[in-house]
Amino acid sequence: MGGRLYAVVVKELWAILRDPRARIILVVPPLFQLFVFGFASTLEVRNFDIGVYNRDGGASSREFIERLGGSPNVGRIVPIGSPGEARDAIDGRSVIAVVTFDQEFSANVAARRAAVIQAVFDGRRSNAAQIVSGYLERIAADMGADIAAKPTGVSAPPRSQSIVANWFNSNLDYLWFTMPGLVVVISMVSGLAVTAQSVARERELGTFDQLMVSPLRVYEILAGKMVPPLLVGVVNATVYVLLIPTVFGVPLTGSLPLFYCALVFYLLALIGVGILVSVLSQTQQQAFLGAFLVMVPAILLSGYASPVDNMPGWLQVVAQGNPARHFLVVSEGVFLKAMPAAGILANTWPLMVIAAVTLGASTVLFRSRME
Amino acid sequence: MSRAFDGQRFRAMLLKESLQILRDPSTFLIAFVLPLIMLFLFGYAVSLDPTRTRIGLALQDSGAQALSLASAFERSRWFEVTGRRDVETLKRELTAGRIRGFVVIPQDFGRRFATPGDVAAIQIVADGSLPNTASFIGAYAEGVRATWAAGEGAERGIVARQPVEIAQRFWFNPELASHFFLIPGSIAIVMTMIGTLLTALVVAREWERGTMEAIMATPVGMPEFLATKVIPYFLLGLGSMTLCALLAIFLFGVPFRGSPLALLALASAFLVPALGQGLLISAVTRNQFVASQIALISAFLPAMMLSGFLFEIASMPTVIRGLTYIVPARYLIPSLQSVFLVGDLWGLFLRNIAVLLGFGALFFTLAIRATHRRIA
Repeated sequence: MGGRLYAVVVKELWAILRDPRARIILVVPPLFQLFVFGFASTLEVRNFDIGVYNRDGGASSREFIERLGGSPNVGRIVPIGSPGEARDAIDGRSVIAVVTFDQEFSANVAARRAAVIQAVFDGRRSNAAQIVSGYLERIAADMGADIAAKPTGVSAPPRSQSIVANWFNSNLDYLWFTMPGLVVVISMVSGLAVTAQSVARERELGTFDQLMVSPLRVYEILAGKMVPPLLVGVVNATVYVLLIPTVFGVPLTGSLPLFYCALVFYLLALIGVGILVSVLSQTQQQAFLGAFLVMVPAILLSGYASPVDNMPGWLQVVAQGNPARHFLVVSEGVFLKAMPAAGILANTWPLMVIAAVTLGASTVLFRSRME
Repeated sequence: MSRAFDGQRFRAMLLKESLQILRDPSTFLIAFVLPLIMLFLFGYAVSLDPTRTRIGLALQDSGAQALSLASAFERSRWFEVTGRRDVETLKRELTAGRIRGFVVIPQDFGRRFATPGDVAAIQIVADGSLPNTASFIGAYAEGVRATWAAGEGAERGIVARQPVEIAQRFWFNPELASHFFLIPGSIAIVMTMIGTLLTALVVAREWERGTMEAIMATPVGMPEFLATKVIPYFLLGLGSMTLCALLAIFLFGVPFRGSPLALLALASAFLVPALGQGLLISAVTRNQFVASQIALISAFLPAMMLSGFLFEIASMPTVIRGLTYIVPARYLIPSLQSVFLVGDLWGLFLRNIAVLLGFGALFFTLAIRATHRRIA
């Protein structure tokens, strides 16, 4: 029986690795994605061009503009000559915001009257606009504090303050979040793609019937189907674990054995879902589209694209059934947080449950297809 | 072999291709079910708007000042304070991800606050493994403190006035709802799926099965043949776009300030490169698995990640920013967001339409050449 299982595994490995292009597909795109999407998927705001309509021209407005231009978040300061020009610049997306100083701005600051800056933002990009707006507020507050601190005033010193510390990623480097997250996302894309087509391809090519009349047991056939995606997943993840700390400089603080333990259950959960899709499909095309139908929501509900905390409560419950949501916590935890075994286990047992349910369901369905 | 265009033959071929698509259940899956799921997810699940974030609170001072600051945090609409605990517990909770940050009000807070010339500091700790949430916590927790401090000052007759104020207005989307721009953007993703993914997959299967060669052996000319392959998917793409737009407006309440004509023109222009890319991938790979993976990697994922849909292009490193210029969705998404939220900006639209058609011409030329080579 051990010999039979071995033979099935060899057959399944050949089925995937025989085609040279498929071999390339298994290795090159995951690496490409790591590099390109790793750098692309940032919610940081940098290099944003801001329009300035300065009707004042005095010292205070010049100082504000100088502070604005000195920020790493701001790309270019674009001079604007009229309200119409401001409108066009925002409509055409050449700037994200236009800041307007009225004629009395510097005079008001000098006289210590309320000096108001008008700022208009492009609401089409509300996330970035909010961050830029927070940035403008900070400059205004800093300038205000400096003005208030000048000796002429009767300013009171601050009596309380906040000291902000960001643990696990003190500079809030977005790459530190993206990289461990991409391990989860890319493993899912390649794992599901390989598994979903395995049974469906046999059915489309007609070799499914041959498999059925062979002396193989159902669990042997399924075990054979599970090995290649498991191997591909572990090999790819190992490449990431090597590249991420060395090339991208993201720390790997936690325990690698625990990471691999959770990874295997994550892959088993994905394989369970993939085989389920495959068993339910008649053709490769349906299998691929089915896998896609699972993949897109799974990525969007994983916490990678946007925080799980922002979702409505009932969707957070739905997301509990998503293996990526649990493994993302493990991956971020092992890379950045030196997560202890208890924390990893708390996110691994849901993976075990998902794997058991999907693999169990696949076996039942597979058996019913045989009869 | 006749290469001349034959209207009757063209209609017959078109009918054959259309029926073939309509009979395939997976067509409905990707053209109507998947868009619904996508729209739904972008409407409800994916939100870049911060909601109440769970934080912990360590209150080490039992004075009146400290208690009033603690209750300011508990009352804040930005935070859900999970209870007052000691710092060790909070550290464990933060590592486990059960809270996203915590605030420490130290023992000497009240004393230092009352001492003239001294500064009472609170500590705000945020979970940096979620950088976006962390910067939000840092900013808003400081905001809670500042508001509280201003209130305390006011009670003592010291009015803290901001010398420089900023009056802010957000055009087009004053509610700052992220689904107002995510939903129009997701229409571009849906059209990429139909145009490139589905086309690549279906046509690759024809190559795999050899039915492509069979048709090539008939007197049908190449452009005519490609047109019959592409037109049904073009219509399917527009149908799906219409469904999405109607749902966006009537179900999700996204404003539609432009004209249907502009939307139609933009969608049609985008489908040209999308379909061309699908045909090109299928003609080059002729294998369903490889075609599906290449379509995923060269069309779907870039449309999600490199188009400005989820992530701002300006914030990307220069090399990646350069790469975004060859992603067709990059030229559609700003126009789609504008046609919904702003109105008809024909200057912007026409520029983008021209670029999209340019990409389309390139992809179709390459697809025709790849097909010729296969036949030879």
